[in-house]
Amino acid sequence: MALSFLDREHTIAEPGYSRWLIPPAALAIHLSIGQVYATSVYKLPLVQHFGASLTAIGVIFSLAIVMLGVAAAVMGTWVDRVGPRKAMFTAACFWAAGFLIGALGISTSQLWLLYIGYGVFGGIGLGIGYISPVSTLIKWFPDRPGLATGMAIMGFGGGALIASPLSRQLLSFYDSAYDPSVVGSVAGGAAVAKLFVTLGIVYFLVMMLGVFNVRVPAPGWSPPGFDASTVKTRSLVTTENVSAANAVKTPQFWLLWTVLFCNVTAGIGILEQASPMIQDFFRNGTSSTVAATAAAGFVGLLSIFNMTGRFVWSSTSDYIGRKPMYMVYLGVGIVLYALLATVGSSATALFVLLAAVIISFYGGGFATVPAYLRDIFGTFQVGAIHGRLLTAWSAAGVAGPLIINGFLDARGKPGELVAADYRPALFTMVGVLAVGFVANLLIKPVSERFHEHGHTDAFAEAGDDTTSRSSR
Amino acid sequence: MTDSQHGGTSSYTPRLVASWLIVGIPLAYGIFQTIRNIIPLFGG
Repeated sequence: MALSFLDREHTIAEPGYSRWLIPPAALAIHLSIGQVYATSVYKLPLVQHFGASLTAIGVIFSLAIVMLGVAAAVMGTWVDRVGPRKAMFTAACFWAAGFLIGALGISTSQLWLLYIGYGVFGGIGLGIGYISPVSTLIKWFPDRPGLATGMAIMGFGGGALIASPLSRQLLSFYDSAYDPSVVGSVAGGAAVAKLFVTLGIVYFLVMMLGVFNVRVPAPGWSPPGFDASTVKTRSLVTTENVSAANAVKTPQFWLLWTVLFCNVTAGIGILEQASPMIQDFFRNGTSSTVAATAAAGFVGLLSIFNMTGRFVWSSTSDYIGRKPMYMVYLGVGIVLYALLATVGSSATALFVLLAAVIISFYGGGFATVPAYLRDIFGTFQVGAIHGRLLTAWSAAGVAGPLIINGFLDARGKPGELVAADYRPALFTMVGVLAVGFVANLLIKPVSERFHEHGHTDAFAEAGDDTTSRSSR
Repeated sequence: MTDSQHGGTSSYTPRLVASWLIVGIPLAYGIFQTIRNIIPLFGG
């Protein structure tokens, strides 16, 4: 059968398989789906092509992020059961189909097709793709789960770094009248449709690298020299397992949900507003000492810190522990936000430094959470639990911009705001981080009554079910 | 069961190099392009 390579027996690693093939497999998925953060490149061309408002086009991105949360939450258990190979392949099909249906929508000037394509199909691909490598990485790297998941989730931050310049170059290739270096130059709709077809095909092929390389370790496998008993040296690290259905009944899940929600809400507040914010902080009357090109560079700098924070801080958590790591994200974050609000406008370098570290904590919060879940709930259905936890991201995606935009709208008009106008919003974020800090402090080991007895690996046990059914 | 019990990972070296290059080169391209855009922030 053509798709037999997705079967269970082809997903379990043969003896000697290198675990270092798994991070590039995960990166292939996350670098591809990370494109979702580069949608601003073709936002204006789509506004002009469809004659629609910015809001109507912005809905495409919002829909994709909402579908990411829904798909991750709903499909998490399925992903854990069928394994990473089938899940990655499914994600690649949805992600590529999203682009191709979107291209059809642009070519035929049917905006609803773009909503269905990129928003719904693409969003489902995002959700399945995001969680598909997580539990596999944790199984291959029981000695360094933070490093492993940090490497993969770093890719989600890095996807936009690739997609933004690549999309601009492709648009100028498909539309000779478009020059990305000229302010006000906008590509035509036909060029965006061709860009969507290209991205759909290229991302599908890159994601296939992940599909063909990913494997689940054979039952009982462990890395050379690894002693499982040494992992449980910290009080929060469990060797027990909790199912996804039971995890959502524990206070630990909702405390961690609150931690992620608060960390993401605070970070999104700055990310959303980065470009106008740096100009407003250094405004003299109607003009700013920070030029628009420098502000765009600031956004790029934040993207790099967002990406590297995911890898560096998540890896650090393997040494200092997950709970202390989140104390740093939230506790030091409180100090940094307060400094940004009070002395951030005194020097551009100080503003940039404070914002960069804050955004590195934002990225670190995303990348460290799968290892935190593994510590608390075990490996049994960690992918499914992660999927359910990502609803905190969707909620923060609404709350963060609402808080910052609400305060700024009350203070004045865009282009007239100054540093002092940001203080109420920034001090609110200090409060949000304080709530997250307390929630993190309250996290304790899960009660024994939620432990699964005899369940350790959802993928392996799904295989046992299949075998026993077929032998009946 | 460990890697060392099965002769290590040396037979996977070409595949490892190719896989890391396929994800590493685009990432390096993206970081390079982004850093080019950051230069004006520091007065370049």
